[in-house]
Amino acid sequence: MQFDPFVIPFNIGLYFILIYAVVRSIIWFRDLSRPDKLRLQRGFFGKAFGQSLKEIFLESLIHRKILRTNPRLGYMHMSLAFGWFLLILFGTIEADIFGEKHLNPPYKAIFFKFFNPGHGIGGFEAGYAFLMDLILLFILSGLFLAVIKRFTPKVVGMKKSTKLKSLDRVALTSLWLIFPSRLIAESLTSGEYGSGSFLTGTLGSWLASFLPAGELAYPFWWLYSLSLGTFFILLPVTRYLHIPAELFLIFMRNSGIRTGDKAGSYSEIQAHSCSSCGICIDQCQMNFSAGINNMQPAYLITAIRNNEDTSEIALNCLMCGRCDQKCPVGIEISAVRMIQRREVYTGPEFRNVWKGYFRLRNGDHTPKPNGHHVYDYLPETAGSEKTDILYFAGCMTHLTPAISRSMVKILDASGLKWSFLDKDGGACCGRPLMLAGNDKEARELINHTSEMIWKSGAHTLVTSCPICYKVFRESYYLDIEVLHHTQFIKNLIDEDLVRMNFLHKRVAYHTPCELGRGTLVYSEPKDVIRHVAILEETGYEDENSLCCGGSLGNIKISSRDRQKIAVDAAARLTSRNPEILITSCPLCKKTFSAATSTKVADISEIVAEAVIIPKTEKPPLKHSLPVAEAVNIF
Amino acid sequence: MITGNVVVVGGGVAGMEVAGQLARSGCMVSLIEKESSAGGHIKEWHHLFPDRRNSMEVTDYLARQINHDNITLLTGTTIARMGYGKKVFTVDTENGKSISADAVVVATGFDLFRSERKEEYGYGIYDNVITSADLEVMFRNGEIKLTDGRRPEKIGIVHCVGSRDEKVGNIYCSKLCCITAVKQAMELKEHLSDARVYCFYMDMRMGGALYEETYRESQEKYGINFIRGKVSEVGETIDHKLIIKVEDTLVGRPLRMELDMIVLMAGMEMSKGGEQMAQIFGLKTGENRFFAAADHHYGSNESNVEALFFAGSCTAPMNITETISHARAAAAEVICYLRKAER
Repeated sequence: MQFDPFVIPFNIGLYFILIYAVVRSIIWFRDLSRPDKLRLQRGFFGKAFGQSLKEIFLESLIHRKILRTNPRLGYMHMSLAFGWFLLILFGTIEADIFGEKHLNPPYKAIFFKFFNPGHGIGGFEAGYAFLMDLILLFILSGLFLAVIKRFTPKVVGMKKSTKLKSLDRVALTSLWLIFPSRLIAESLTSGEYGSGSFLTGTLGSWLASFLPAGELAYPFWWLYSLSLGTFFILLPVTRYLHIPAELFLIFMRNSGIRTGDKAGSYSEIQAHSCSSCGICIDQCQMNFSAGINNMQPAYLITAIRNNEDTSEIALNCLMCGRCDQKCPVGIEISAVRMIQRREVYTGPEFRNVWKGYFRLRNGDHTPKPNGHHVYDYLPETAGSEKTDILYFAGCMTHLTPAISRSMVKILDASGLKWSFLDKDGGACCGRPLMLAGNDKEARELINHTSEMIWKSGAHTLVTSCPICYKVFRESYYLDIEVLHHTQFIKNLIDEDLVRMNFLHKRVAYHTPCELGRGTLVYSEPKDVIRHVAILEETGYEDENSLCCGGSLGNIKISSRDRQKIAVDAAARLTSRNPEILITSCPLCKKTFSAATSTKVADISEIVAEAVIIPKTEKPPLKHSLPVAEAVNIF
Repeated sequence: MITGNVVVVGGGVAGMEVAGQLARSGCMVSLIEKESSAGGHIKEWHHLFPDRRNSMEVTDYLARQINHDNITLLTGTTIARMGYGKKVFTVDTENGKSISADAVVVATGFDLFRSERKEEYGYGIYDNVITSADLEVMFRNGEIKLTDGRRPEKIGIVHCVGSRDEKVGNIYCSKLCCITAVKQAMELKEHLSDARVYCFYMDMRMGGALYEETYRESQEKYGINFIRGKVSEVGETIDHKLIIKVEDTLVGRPLRMELDMIVLMAGMEMSKGGEQMAQIFGLKTGENRFFAAADHHYGSNESNVEALFFAGSCTAPMNITETISHARAAAAEVICYLRKAER
């Protein structure tokens, strides 16, 4: 039995991390809801398993998504992860084939050179040694990039690197030491025995030419083992937990588990899967337009993991979802952030225990409903006349009357039977409250508005506001068709219910966050615009679209910073000098109107301008109610 | 007498006054105005608050001020570039002129808040939603009527349009709109004695000389109704009447009212011209985007650049009295500076 005391730190670390992984996965599994447990079990024995393995290979090892977004950063992650994987894999095979016996303990593979110093001199052995050197070089090249990134993030194409806590620094140092110490230890041993391939052999013989290689090698083997051991022991309390956590995340996601509204195992695993790569920071307009650098997902998640108060930074976000699109790990960042927002009112659901090696659920202290209704003063909903199409402008559209006026014109021109649900003002759809984390109050408004909609008997609900649209689709229980007005107009065009003139104007289109990334309505607005005008690209298309800055999602940002984001976004969108900047959200329209000298219009306005009013027009008088001179409405 | 060349940027009340004062002290003044004639906003105004005298009396005075051999008035002119070196400014205009000066006075004034930006008030969307400036034009033409030619019977005046409004990015008070509203309400009653006039205000800021007296007179003598509350939105009925929605905060109830005409009291903002100057020459601006003077108390004419001074409402909202005083103070600063430079 080959053994040397220097392998002890490695062994302690390795067995510690393996036991830890088992214990932690039991805790995570136990905390899953019953349906999620079933999902995971079904996923484990079904198709999801294969998918997960494939995804683990492509994302956890190759880092395909990062490679696509940023090739240099991707190479850095790939060479470290995939390289290390290869080194372990081929190292184990090496130890198995060339070692003294088969089925060795792991340390034999890791420290193979130490126990087989003369290995790799001729024939097949030399070829294998060449391969091992190549893999080591691959990893070292990535490490080289990582070291540079830490000091000058620009080299790997990052504007900013994440900040570290002190334990992360220790772990980072041990991680950085692992491969250089292996290189030097192997080289010195090879130098002494005249073995090794192009990297360790060459370096080794050169070092041995002026150094006592045999005596120096031993301390480096100790360093190698110590840095591995330290790294493994610190791994659970540092950001490097993302390496094992991501494997769990991939299995759970492929089994169909989603974040939901409350903190739980899945949101916990997501928080631990963040590698702090910082791609979200570069995507964030709060960063690149307003210079705010403390609230991005990477920081929020670090704060969650460190058990810090997240209320300020959780609320300081426009919720535009640009980061969700780009997260290479596929963390549902906005959903995780929403959980943190709700916790502002309920207190944190999880807390760190055992110096942060574990996180446990706090006792259930959800505030009991106090029976107090916030919106008692809302009027009873009157049963309106029965109709087919119901138009709901929403409160934001009431503040941009050019949009509702245009929609009235288009609806009248269509000849369909319709009615204006909130002509005289309605209640809010509830989404701003949801975004602020006030779910209970939002539910009261949702019930109120639902009642108004049910009583109309309509089969289609059309809204002008993407914020309302999203919430109608996701948080209301309406068994009628819900359309944003861009989709509705597209249908009118397809069914030839309205005719339009072509306006010959060069226009740009801004995809609102809530309509695009929020509800995946990308093509209909553009189709409608192409029907009436010349649509030009902006460079910020579809899921890459910008936030206008006016988002209701942020209740912390100053109006000055908001304006900076709006002006910057408007400037980017109008860089090719379109005649009109078109959007399909009243809030975007309002925000951009104050941020650019280019004319800003809603899609309905340009359609209303182009629409041909049919000759047999019915008088559109039915939608207005007489109003007394000065009425107290409530 | 002193000597020196001074460029005054902006031919409104402040620019004209400072040019006149400097010319009379012996300076050679180039007065640059982007419009086709000098006079500024006051040209468009009919009567002035609080005494409601004709604005022509002030414009005539200002015209006399700049009627001086030492003043070159350059209208239709904007500045392209400006440099400062060896105590001399080089001012290049867009139309290719180059002027050198020992000192520069920036009197770029204010722009009226573009009321279209407050789309919920329906300016540019509904007929009969007008601004305070539009109303002055009606007063000058001597006729207050709706777009269909009828006489309005119920008129609402909305205070704080673009002022004290974080949503449009202006948290400051424009200071003159309250008294303008009171003045215009009274004048509306004089034109249309049967009409009812309602002012929707957040606070009545009657801080100037004779303002409070005028406010009182408007209620006692003219029967103007003042309703405390910020207007949330304006809508329209089928017969093209306007509906205003507001919370009456004294009663604590939401209110909606049908009106024939709505007048928006547009606030004051840093002028576009001023913003360009700030950009061209790196002049400091404050949180409210107006120029930030070197000292709030005793240096309100001085800038962060040597030999460049501010005059008038490019530093903060000001009425005519204050603008003229501030312009004279700027002239005194310039003269003081040139004297020191001579020595």
